[in-house]
Amino acid sequence: MKHEPVHQGRLKSPFYPRLAELDRVNEWHMWKGYSSANELYCADTEYFAIRNATAVFDLTPMTKYRITGPDALDYLNRLVTRDMAKIRPGRVAYAVWCDDNGQVIDDGTLFHLRQGEYRLCSQERHYSWLIAAAIGFDVTITHETEDVAALAVQGPTSYSVLSKMNLDGLGDLKPFGLMHVDFEGTELMVSRTGFTGDLGYELWIDPDKAEALWDALFEAGKLHGIRAIGTSALEMARIEAGYLAAYMEFLPGDETVRTGVSRSPLELGLEWLVDFKKPNFNGRRALAEEKRSGSTWRLVKLDIEGNKPAHNSYIFSNAKARGGNIGFVTSAVWSPVCKQNIALGTVRMPHGKPGDTVWVEIYYQREMHWNRKMARATVVDKPFWFPPRRSATPPGPY
Amino acid sequence: MTDKYDAIVVGAGHNGLVCSALLARAGMNVLVLEANDRVGGAAISREFADGYSTSACAHLLYQLQPEVRKELKLAPQLATEDMTTIALGADGEHVRITADKVTGVADEDAEQFRRFRKRTTRFADLLRTYLNKPPPRLGTKSWKDLFALARLGLDVRRLGKDEMREFLRIIGMNIHDELTERFENPLLKGAISLDAVLGTHLGPRSPNTMMTYLYRQAGDHGRMAVPQGGMGSISEELAHAARSAGVTIRTGMPVKRIVIDNGRVTGVETVSGETFSSYKVVSNADPKRTVMQLVGAKHVETGFARRIHHLRARGNAAKLHLALDGLPTIDGLEKKDFAQRIVIAGDEHYVERAFNPAKYGEYSPEPVVEMTFPSFRDDSLAPTGKHVMSAVVQYAPYGLKAGWDDAAKEAFKQTVIQTIARYAPDIEQRISASELLTPADIEREFHITGGHWHHAELTLDQFLFVRPVNGAAQYALPIDGLFLCGAGSHPGGGVSGAAGRNAARTILSREKAA
Repeated sequence: MKHEPVHQGRLKSPFYPRLAELDRVNEWHMWKGYSSANELYCADTEYFAIRNATAVFDLTPMTKYRITGPDALDYLNRLVTRDMAKIRPGRVAYAVWCDDNGQVIDDGTLFHLRQGEYRLCSQERHYSWLIAAAIGFDVTITHETEDVAALAVQGPTSYSVLSKMNLDGLGDLKPFGLMHVDFEGTELMVSRTGFTGDLGYELWIDPDKAEALWDALFEAGKLHGIRAIGTSALEMARIEAGYLAAYMEFLPGDETVRTGVSRSPLELGLEWLVDFKKPNFNGRRALAEEKRSGSTWRLVKLDIEGNKPAHNSYIFSNAKARGGNIGFVTSAVWSPVCKQNIALGTVRMPHGKPGDTVWVEIYYQREMHWNRKMARATVVDKPFWFPPRRSATPPGPY
Repeated sequence: MTDKYDAIVVGAGHNGLVCSALLARAGMNVLVLEANDRVGGAAISREFADGYSTSACAHLLYQLQPEVRKELKLAPQLATEDMTTIALGADGEHVRITADKVTGVADEDAEQFRRFRKRTTRFADLLRTYLNKPPPRLGTKSWKDLFALARLGLDVRRLGKDEMREFLRIIGMNIHDELTERFENPLLKGAISLDAVLGTHLGPRSPNTMMTYLYRQAGDHGRMAVPQGGMGSISEELAHAARSAGVTIRTGMPVKRIVIDNGRVTGVETVSGETFSSYKVVSNADPKRTVMQLVGAKHVETGFARRIHHLRARGNAAKLHLALDGLPTIDGLEKKDFAQRIVIAGDEHYVERAFNPAKYGEYSPEPVVEMTFPSFRDDSLAPTGKHVMSAVVQYAPYGLKAGWDDAAKEAFKQTVIQTIARYAPDIEQRISASELLTPADIEREFHITGGHWHHAELTLDQFLFVRPVNGAAQYALPIDGLFLCGAGSHPGGGVSGAAGRNAARTILSREKAA
């Protein structure tokens, strides 16, 4: 392992100069050491770029690991709960990985870049876990977050924008597909992935070419409403799509101190990702036992009456709050595109079956004064936002 | 596929043999596969020079459990029993230690020794009851585990308030502090220090060497014996007991891998390509070798693999065998004293100083030596009138920084011989042949990871409920049908048979429950 000097202070993404140029409100936070914008002008405007035009989000701080070596497939199959043998080169898999107790450490995407060569992307850092998981396997794990500049290009016009950049094969690229194309003599990886639940792509390139890529992209998007966005807008879209976020819907299992505060994939609605046909994967024994004896928690998507977002609300089985709470809201937002008051939450089994009615206790402020409201909510099964264009291949022009 | 067995035991070490015999006696059809050409694992006697043989590793019997003796009807022939430890001093002033008495020291030390032994015997007896049963699991709600834990607490409490306090005070302590509190005589302190650290990667000032001392005493109250024909005769007797119970033992059959199918054991595959099927495989191999090599990390989970990977098992004890034309002369020793156990441990600082270089991957320039002359009362080991010396030597770290090449081995061998020659000046002239086994050699010859005689360091963090690691401490590995039965599991190493017996009992009680 090569040792390099530790960076001092916040890291700046290779797209930082471009973002800083567009920035009007100076609202930044730190994401895994990088400066990342909350918003650049106005979160609502940026949100509408996601749903109505093309939004560009700097994905560089996303944690990236390269996984290679003769045992890469065996390694990943032991690491994650789904069967990676089914993920061919050129495909991307959403995956979740657990500790030995079947508790989720994180979720992320696994890119099968080329035969036997993978990239794992996640919100959090996991090097120590990945190294521990590599004991006894002939694999190389390389932390490459800084070596790859990445942009999410999301929204209905994203296909039209990227088409203008003459990316060969873009029209045939299916959801969760990836391809390599040439960009000014450098390899550009394009994947049809994203965190918005909409039509969208992610672009991955050498940091030296980051600004050139940005410029070409914004030139191509000029007439398609292209707009850079920050994390606030992305967060709204994420909840609409029903996606999970670490530290929101679950805590990384290896960071919890108390028992009972972590979550299993079954408790996060991710049973479809758990392949019990695989002979062994981390957490298999515990999850098989949980499946037999029943889970404690269930993730719910809530459609709530009214228009006050149910931030941090307790969830009850009845309007009178009898019997105490059955859980709590983990993420909430008023969805402009769905015109719905939506939330993700976690409730104790057997509560929260799709179609059930539950009650959320919403506190909101009006002219300094606090108000409380018990709002009726329906547990829904499907994501709040799932437009057909998300999966249409080739995507239509907008 | 050949015959189907009820259980396959990988390795015919003494624990593997005990386990297989007990399983067979309960009606199981058991196969034992041993990599080497003879049974016994490291508990064998073998010729190291023309006409001279001795125990290859362990050379003193002090831990064989009465339960094992009784259940397998063992009656080992002993060449010497109730051995005295003679701690060599300068100018022929030696200290002689038996299980309950010490001579050659001031009266006060002798009285302190009596008290020390009384107390440690009591504690060792408490420990001993726990050597002979599988440890309870922690964090379960099973009444059996909870009961066993409560029982442990109760047993400690029943020592009485003062003794309990004392037990809890010293169990994690280093032996050095206890010895300096009690004794004046340096040789006595050196010899007890040696008892506490033999076979470990610990010095007398390392934490929990009080526990390793108690572990040694728990065997047979510290009484030591030399088996007739060397340690191999114990293994032969165990093998005989196993065969009589119907066990099939096949030697020269190294196992390549333990076959796992869909999370459960289905048999083993040998290096020669033969497959033997069974839904139960019991590994006498050390935990690291079992999990990382025979099973493979992909069949276990990450946290478990990590714990096994980090299991501390760095051997530090070497074995020196000398073929001697005659007994050496040691000032102050009579001829009959050569039947006893003779140690070079100078004083308690000597032992710690010997350990110091081992921390940094170097061997001791002035090593600690435990000598026996097994041929003294056993004609079968050497030609008439000639003798063998068998010595355990510390410290010789497994991971010698410079590597254990021939030159390093020769240099260390000379170091040991020179150390002995300080007390036995004529020893060099008497040597006709010699052999040094470093932990690296022990690993190679006996397939023990790190060449550690306990298979895994015997420390509180790798003891009882957490030996070898959390998730495998009750002999069952987290793969259906796979068990451990060797020194790496509870209670630990030494020729005791306890691990093998406990493993067999665990397997049988699970069988009954199923």
